[in-house]
Amino acid sequence: MNHLSLIIKREYINKVRNKSFIIMTFLSPVLMVGIFSLVAYLSQLNNDSIRTISVLDESGLFVDQFQNKEHVKYNILTNVELSEAKKISEEAEYYGLLYIPKVESLDELSKSVTFYSEDSASLQVMESVEDAIEGKANALKLKDAGIDAERIKELRIRINAKQETFQGKETSKIGSILKLGFGGAAGYLLFMFIIIYGNMIMRSVIEEKTSRIIEVIISSVKPIKLLLGKIIGTSLAGITQFLAWVILLGIFSFVLTSIFNVDPTTVQSPQQEMLNQSVEGGTQEIVRNLIIEINNLPIANLVIMFLFFFIGGYLLYASLYASIGAAVDSETDTQQFMLPILMPLILSIYVGFFTVIENPHGTVSQVFSYIPFTSPVVMLMRIPFGVPIWQQILSLVILFATFIGTVWFAAKIYRVGILMYGKKASYKEIFKWLKY
Amino acid sequence: MEKLLVANNVSKSFGDYKALNDVSIEVPKGSIFGLLGPNGAGKTTFIRIINQITMPDSGSVFLDGQPLQPNDVQHIGYLPEERGLYKSMKVGEQALYLAQLKGLSKQQAKERLKYWFDRLEIGGWWDKKIQELSKGMAQKIQFVVTVLHQPKLLIFDEPFSGFDPINANLIKDEILKLRDDGATVIFSTHRMESVEEMCDHIALIHKSNKILDGKLIDIKRAYKSNTFEVGLIASEATMVDAAIKERFDVSPATFKTINDELKYRIKLPENTSANDLVSYLTSKGQLNHFVEVIPSANDIFIETIQNN
Repeated sequence: MNHLSLIIKREYINKVRNKSFIIMTFLSPVLMVGIFSLVAYLSQLNNDSIRTISVLDESGLFVDQFQNKEHVKYNILTNVELSEAKKISEEAEYYGLLYIPKVESLDELSKSVTFYSEDSASLQVMESVEDAIEGKANALKLKDAGIDAERIKELRIRINAKQETFQGKETSKIGSILKLGFGGAAGYLLFMFIIIYGNMIMRSVIEEKTSRIIEVIISSVKPIKLLLGKIIGTSLAGITQFLAWVILLGIFSFVLTSIFNVDPTTVQSPQQEMLNQSVEGGTQEIVRNLIIEINNLPIANLVIMFLFFFIGGYLLYASLYASIGAAVDSETDTQQFMLPILMPLILSIYVGFFTVIENPHGTVSQVFSYIPFTSPVVMLMRIPFGVPIWQQILSLVILFATFIGTVWFAAKIYRVGILMYGKKASYKEIFKWLKY
Repeated sequence: MEKLLVANNVSKSFGDYKALNDVSIEVPKGSIFGLLGPNGAGKTTFIRIINQITMPDSGSVFLDGQPLQPNDVQHIGYLPEERGLYKSMKVGEQALYLAQLKGLSKQQAKERLKYWFDRLEIGGWWDKKIQELSKGMAQKIQFVVTVLHQPKLLIFDEPFSGFDPINANLIKDEILKLRDDGATVIFSTHRMESVEEMCDHIALIHKSNKILDGKLIDIKRAYKSNTFEVGLIASEATMVDAAIKERFDVSPATFKTINDELKYRIKLPENTSANDLVSYLTSKGQLNHFVEVIPSANDIFIETIQNN
């Protein structure tokens, strides 16, 4: 067996057999599913509580607007003074008291309606109360002006534009969300992968330094082989862990939903809400659009480029992590070198989630999808929106060229750094190593 | 004598610091070669160059007559001063891994490990993790791993550190046996008594330069100064004492004796032989101690360093 595969095998087996690795592999999905279910359960619990709101309507116009709903009960007070009403509401521990004074004209209402409560009331409650009054007040005003509210409703036209590309492909709003989902997931996955397993590589380099085995090893193999073997072995362990997580997450969430009857999907993410809002019409329409959009996605392009950018981006950062590990004596010394690595990573996530969403092909998005330290994340998020192949290839070429550069750089630091003990590494010192 | 390792004019700088300056060394086949020098002299850099861990700026190294090749690491066994093993790995797995990195097949490695583990009576450690072993125990494993692939060149940097006297002796005997079996040993240490005991050849590196090398016996011959330690029982002690001090370059002797006698360390001038001294002394009294002072490796080490 040649050296590289020996090293990869050792790194892989050593990682996978490590106790904390095994514990993390099993515990993380449990924690994730657990927290998710807890949130779902708590928000259900939250919705279950019934709030009572007392209403003192001196104008007498809005009483019929306040019908009891599932989670809100209205208690209509009549023939009491405001001060009395407050006292009643407080003693009965009502959620709040809505006071509508007697007014000359409806216009005055906008300023004079008051809501009293123990603490400031929740936005949701305020909105529903305001909506109720507004609806009625508007209807009354229209009536005063001699306009029939029902008639207006009838005359209203809703536009639901059909979307089609110039090439005649049907698209829809759901498509943008889907693309964001794909791109975001890919970018975020890479980001997480780099941080988790980059750190793991760094620790494993430090371990070899602190255990002093490094000199024994590199008297048998070239440092660059050790570096590559370490990166590849750790990555394989990472992929194993990721796969385990996916499978375990599936199993756990299935078990949890069936045992505790908690449905994690009841927790609505903002994206899902957007999705619901963006599509008029029934679920059938959604499904139809979804299928169309998935067919429209450049799936083959996406998968292939995902692999390339993922590998390129990961290797780029992994080699930097390894050189940090080589430069320091212990994990506590790594802080000062971590920042330059984390900054572009975090930047790429920000650019991805703000700029690319706004305008996938704008100047900023384009520029960041060429800069090698941000391109893996940003380009992965852009590709679902359709990026010309030449741009993708150009970006990849820049990425891999930089990768070769960083590996050279990392190997230099690594070769010198692993044999340096007790010397506190600084940027200046490391710069000097490059010339050794 | 055939040379196993030849280094010609090797230089190496780290930034502004010159770690090795034009060092040339020849290690005869089948010898135990002591690489000596104070801390920071450049010994470790030189050893790393032989192991191709560091590349020299200039100069060349030949192993067995051929320029050093990347594959030559298979013929070299290196026990660095900064040594260690993977703490959380099991002894057996680790030894197999390191042996395979040196080019042994798994089967070969297993057989030889069994031989060595039996020989050092550490067979029961196979499934233990390194972190469960004491430092000395781990050192034994490390020694086995270094010699397992039967290299023709063995390099030991402070091999006895961390061993108790019994185990240090055991390792010493193993090293001597390896030499007898045909291996060549380069031996870097500060312990001069082991240099004295084991080395046939030495080289002394000081401040990045080689300042002395050769056969240990030759060096000692060159460094001996016609000096003798004598013990003499004389009836007229005071008179004899005065006469000897008058006639020779005398300093206090260091040997111990049970007799009440006159003791001197006498340095003879170039033209006087030991026989002249003996006949002079026997004429004065009963000579019961007469030894030529041969400089120890320690003396040579200190003297050479101080003169440079």
